[in-house]
Amino acid sequence: MTTMTAKMPTTTDEFVKGLWRENPVFVQVLGMCPVLAVSNTARNALAMGLATLFVLVMSNIVISLLRHFIPKQVRIATYILVIASFVTVVDYLIQAISLDLYKALGAFISLIVVNCLILGRAEAFASKNTVGRSILDGLGMGIGFTFALLCLGAVREIFGSGKLFGFQLFHDGFQDWVVMILPSGGFFTLAGWLLLFNYLKQRKERLERERRLAT
Amino acid sequence: MTGDPLWAIFINACLINNFVLAYFLGICPFLGVSAKLATASRMGGAVTFVMLVSSICAFGIQELLVAIDAPYLKLISFIAVIASTVQLVEMFIKKVSPALFRALGIFLPLITTNCAILGLALFQTNKGYNFLQCIVYALGAGIGFTLALILMAGLREKLELAAVPDVVRGTALALVLAGLLSVSFMGFAGLGG
Repeated sequence: MTTMTAKMPTTTDEFVKGLWRENPVFVQVLGMCPVLAVSNTARNALAMGLATLFVLVMSNIVISLLRHFIPKQVRIATYILVIASFVTVVDYLIQAISLDLYKALGAFISLIVVNCLILGRAEAFASKNTVGRSILDGLGMGIGFTFALLCLGAVREIFGSGKLFGFQLFHDGFQDWVVMILPSGGFFTLAGWLLLFNYLKQRKERLERERRLAT
Repeated sequence: MTGDPLWAIFINACLINNFVLAYFLGICPFLGVSAKLATASRMGGAVTFVMLVSSICAFGIQELLVAIDAPYLKLISFIAVIASTVQLVEMFIKKVSPALFRALGIFLPLITTNCAILGLALFQTNKGYNFLQCIVYALGAGIGFTLALILMAGLREKLELAAVPDVVRGTALALVLAGLLSVSFMGFAGLGG
């Protein structure tokens, strides 16, 4: 990695930007549907994140390879078909690995097709950049997405059932906040995280302004 | 599930398991287009129409795929049908009402990637509904989506005037609102089945 970054200073940037500065969920607010729907436990959230990561990287590779051959008029339809093929692969993979997980995620695995994040990266990045950079972009965005899903899933599982990845965290006296497992809990948790990020961003801006004024 | 009466399917799709507030489908347009009441209701209309058409097509495709024994093509063919339906609606709206076309902007082509529509097609095949049930299900889901969108738009128009801290403005506030709406929709859980 170090040799690569020495040659191309922007390459790591493609990877890192998805993790934090342009985090797909917290900053760009993309791909909300799976984020809210399957984040009721940390395990589901992790599985969904990894599935999306796989589809994102694979479709980025294929679209980047084909970028000179796809006519401009039908590009969106082509992207969707490429993405749909990989989602079908993931759908059967998860079914083969764990039937429990498959049942828990349900139709939301198929719905990765319509995750705006994947189509967005195909259109905004993979169709204009080389394969290597597209892979890094896909990895960064995918890991950022998984991280965000885990943030939500962990909070909802801890408060909603007093567990994390199925392990009991509190003793028996803990009263579950049932609302966190229910759909409305997803909205509240995400709102909470966004609030936190907004607050941090504003604080950083204020501090910078004050520093500029001081000098 | 196949024996469900039609009214139960309708109430179920529209209120109890509202696509936006219980299944989290179609959140992007729900947050994106719900700032103004007029745009919201028209967007709801467009989505309902696309849902109806794609539901009918999806029913046909499912029958065909079962007949030729190729279930792995389900996802790809569904999304292709939805994309072309959206293209059709887009051309229609552009012709009939250019003003509405501009108001909906980028969100019109994005109906293609609206999970509510693909979700509908997948759920109806999973539940094994017959043709009539599919239509009622699509209608219920569409009306439920429109209802959630209009409620949200009404609330957000009022909130424009409210004094809230700067930090909360924007998406975070919209999400808290959506959460409260979702809690109130849970009150419908006792209705029907």
